[in-house]
Amino acid sequence: MIAARAMGDALRAALNEDDRVILLGEDLIDPYGGAFKVTRGLSTDFPGRVRSTPISEGAIAGLSAGLALSGYRPIAEIMFGDFLTLCFDQIVNHIAKYEAMYNGKVTCPVIIRTPSGGGRGYGPTHSQSLEKHFFGVPHLRVVGSSLVHEPTAVLRALLAQNSPVLLIEHKLLYPLHLLLPVGGRIESDIAEVHVSADGLPTVSIRAVPREDCSFTVLAYGYQAELARRALSRLAVVEEIFGELVVPSQISPLDWEPIDASVNVTRSLLVIEEGVDGFAWGSEVAARISSHFFGKLRRPVVTAASDPTVIPSSKMLEAEMLMTFERVEQAIRQVAA
Amino acid sequence: MGVHTHVRELGQYVEADTTIAAAIVDRRDARLVGVPGEPQAERLYRRMRFIRRFEESLLELFERGLLNGTTHACIGQEANAIAIVEHLADDDHVFSNHRCHGHFLARTGDALGLMAEIMGKPEGVCGGIGGSQHLCAPGFMSNGVQGGIVPSAAGIALAKQLDASASLSVVFIGDGTLGEGATYETLNLASLWRLPLVVVLEDNGWAQSTPSSANLAGSMRDRFAAFGLPVFEIDSTDVEEIAAVAERALAQARTHDGPVAIVIHTYRLCHHSKNDDNRPADEVAARWELDPIEIHGRRLGVSARAAIDAEVESALQDVIDRALAL
Repeated sequence: MIAARAMGDALRAALNEDDRVILLGEDLIDPYGGAFKVTRGLSTDFPGRVRSTPISEGAIAGLSAGLALSGYRPIAEIMFGDFLTLCFDQIVNHIAKYEAMYNGKVTCPVIIRTPSGGGRGYGPTHSQSLEKHFFGVPHLRVVGSSLVHEPTAVLRALLAQNSPVLLIEHKLLYPLHLLLPVGGRIESDIAEVHVSADGLPTVSIRAVPREDCSFTVLAYGYQAELARRALSRLAVVEEIFGELVVPSQISPLDWEPIDASVNVTRSLLVIEEGVDGFAWGSEVAARISSHFFGKLRRPVVTAASDPTVIPSSKMLEAEMLMTFERVEQAIRQVAA
Repeated sequence: MGVHTHVRELGQYVEADTTIAAAIVDRRDARLVGVPGEPQAERLYRRMRFIRRFEESLLELFERGLLNGTTHACIGQEANAIAIVEHLADDDHVFSNHRCHGHFLARTGDALGLMAEIMGKPEGVCGGIGGSQHLCAPGFMSNGVQGGIVPSAAGIALAKQLDASASLSVVFIGDGTLGEGATYETLNLASLWRLPLVVVLEDNGWAQSTPSSANLAGSMRDRFAAFGLPVFEIDSTDVEEIAAVAERALAQARTHDGPVAIVIHTYRLCHHSKNDDNRPADEVAARWELDPIEIHGRRLGVSARAAIDAEVESALQDVIDRALAL
């Protein structure tokens, strides 16, 4: 099943399982069904609970906060991740603060979903991966969709707890088929699933036993899929073996499965599509370097897109974004 | 001093410690919030006087170095809080802003909880985390970012609509808030979705140090009218006049299908926060002639007024003593 459809099914299950779930966002209702069609069919089946809003991201986030404070479970869609800037105040100063600043008297379990990322030629304001600006915001979970995580299970886990969530869905994943672990395997690879105390999975994927992997690759979203493909190719063609670790929650991180892998491979590459500098990789590198001081075989390698605007031209975009080629190049660097 | 054990179920908050629960009931002192059976004029006076003296006491405590941080007093605007809250029901919700003490005290009566909160003590309504601007009590919340509370209040109104509740979500904003875009996104949505939202605009003429003449184009009324909200507007510091408008506005909000706006032109007689008042002295002096406590106080007999003043004073002293002793 393709990821867009699987996410739609996850939302449908949430609407079915809990009357308090309300979907808000721009152009959600049928026949349009959302800019990326994730919510197609839902407004027809859940009238009044799936609502199209005006182009007002601040109000979408803010109304969601009020709903959540009143006991509802709002799931808001921001049409493009680039537009998260328009709800930054609501997320940082309201949604993520209410529970803590009111000393636990309320909870504000808002879930904000947004399609992110480039590769579609949408240019500087419709292609970004801005989630790094939300990493480390106290009391906010940032979750990244990946093909190896089952969306219904992830959404259930998120709805079973009370922290606000920013859910990043890379738009290039939508038309791809999920690659879920079955019987401890994804295709011919070994796939190990670690589930956090909050029910959120991290999937570790390797072609050979961990002891035979010479490095760990940490990635999420579309970059995780690029890394999986690159590692598969390198394993077969060049017998380069690494372990790919794909967390669903990307901030704060569940370090246990990452540590477990790095403890054996003693070498780490972190890949993200967001632009380089003050990034996810920087934070992971700082933590891993400290935690494994003296044990790593080489400095942590980070790979990210160039810190510039994302050009509309497909050719120029490919020069600055993390592409398959750049992912493979980064893997060669850590494998050298 | 109580044990802070919180039990949360389905987003509902349960105070597990009975000593604190008892203290909350105990915190509503009739000498401050109203004595059963007293004439309405006396009740209104007592409640305004409570807010005024509470905030003047706060400023004194700051000067004595017993408080830190900042505070935004509503001295001169007490009639607004009392007039609006007088016509609210228990299940209505109030969202307030940085200048929230008056609204909080009018709504909850919990002087000890607020005093302890501003003193940063664990017995404060938010355990000392929220402080002056970030308060939470049953039916009441406040936050310190201009405009950002308006969509939160509209979301609470949407929840009320989905619950088929007849209650209202009320949000207090200031003239300065009219500079914030989130306000207009929300007015549009609230009107479009016919939400049971009441926006109370307290226009005190000054956004911190900037007069509204330098901040605001067009008219305040038209900003609400543009989104189709009925606007109830009054230029007064007389609690009875404001209460009469509030009664009509809230009655319409309860029967009307959609949000309403109440615009109260008022004046802040004190500084914005602390020691930061550069307004013309003659302008401020002229407005002291319209002090709501005096305007309404003159309706009371001299001895009745003196008796209330003495009761408020003694009750507030108890609050301060108890809070300091925590």
